[in-house]
Amino acid sequence: MHKFKTFFSVIAIVITSSIMAQSGYKVGDIATDFKLENVDGTMVSLSDYNQAKGYIVIFTCNTCPFSVAYEDRIVALNNMFEAQGYPVIAIMPNNPTASPGDSMEAMKARSKAKGFTFPYVMDKNQEIYPKYGASKTPHVYVLQKTKKGNQVKYIGAIDDNYQDAEAANQKYVEDAVNALLEGKPVLETHTRAIGCTIKV
Amino acid sequence: MRKALYLVILLMFSCNNDNKVKGDEGLEKEINAGELKVYDFKGFEKYLSTTTDKIYVVNFWATWCAPCVKELPFLEELNKNYANQNVEVILVSLDFPNAYETKLKPFIKNKKLQSKVVALNDTDSNTWIPKVSEDWSGAIPATLIFNKEKRMFYEQSFTYAELENEIKQFLK
Repeated sequence: MHKFKTFFSVIAIVITSSIMAQSGYKVGDIATDFKLENVDGTMVSLSDYNQAKGYIVIFTCNTCPFSVAYEDRIVALNNMFEAQGYPVIAIMPNNPTASPGDSMEAMKARSKAKGFTFPYVMDKNQEIYPKYGASKTPHVYVLQKTKKGNQVKYIGAIDDNYQDAEAANQKYVEDAVNALLEGKPVLETHTRAIGCTIKV
Repeated sequence: MRKALYLVILLMFSCNNDNKVKGDEGLEKEINAGELKVYDFKGFEKYLSTTTDKIYVVNFWATWCAPCVKELPFLEELNKNYANQNVEVILVSLDFPNAYETKLKPFIKNKKLQSKVVALNDTDSNTWIPKVSEDWSGAIPATLIFNKEKRMFYEQSFTYAELENEIKQFLK
């Protein structure tokens, strides 16, 4: 009997975790705002950006090699699009107890070392990433400001080559934001990439 | 109750077999000798289906992925304990190519991995991830279990008991 109980609880866990993995925003949904602590000690919200036309929200961290591989490209995205109304906001979703390399101190150090020109905030209560449905780092959500709220226009990877920016054939985020800026539909709205699970 | 008894017998049986699974050691040497097999997705795809009666457990991992490294011993144990029931574990490393010599090969050697390890190096993950499973967001660890009739995909970490539970569904 005990065996059966264990078996069913395992099944329950598997089902729950797969539902959790599936939940989160789809393209077209309205994304929630947040108020999260930045590396400079201030609190950052989407609503702080009066002039923004939208946002490039990137769940990323210090410790994931894929995130590290994309750091320079994240800086480049902000340099390219902040002035055009699409600033980058980087959110670190890991629990620093489970991933000490992602502590606020470590985040500050990384932001300084890499010269981040955008907020690098911590999802301290780990409440925001599940709402978005981020399952890994890096994981990008391009949002467009609409009358209804901040609408999700793209979910996925930055480009199609994590090893070499120069060799990337498809620059998904760049293409998505450019399309939005030109008032055109985003052609590739959802892509996948290998990434590190979010540490809870 | 009968199931539990069967399990105990099974465990005893597989323990007795420990010394006989010598064949795998050759593989370790092969890898130590630097013969790590590296594939692009096209080359790797053959590991994702079978026409034989074998059950394959294909685990996607990397040396830098802490939850992956944590579950590796369970996959190793599964590979050892269920080898006589036609189960084979294949560990697919997604380490970056520049880490093959410095991280991956030393890891395989130090941890004395007995399961087959291959490396997948294909940067166009948006194309190949859905070919492994439509349900995969791309986070690792991720595991695919299949035989010629059915396949199950799991984007999660496993304990040994959880792995056994899944395998038993294939052994029925």
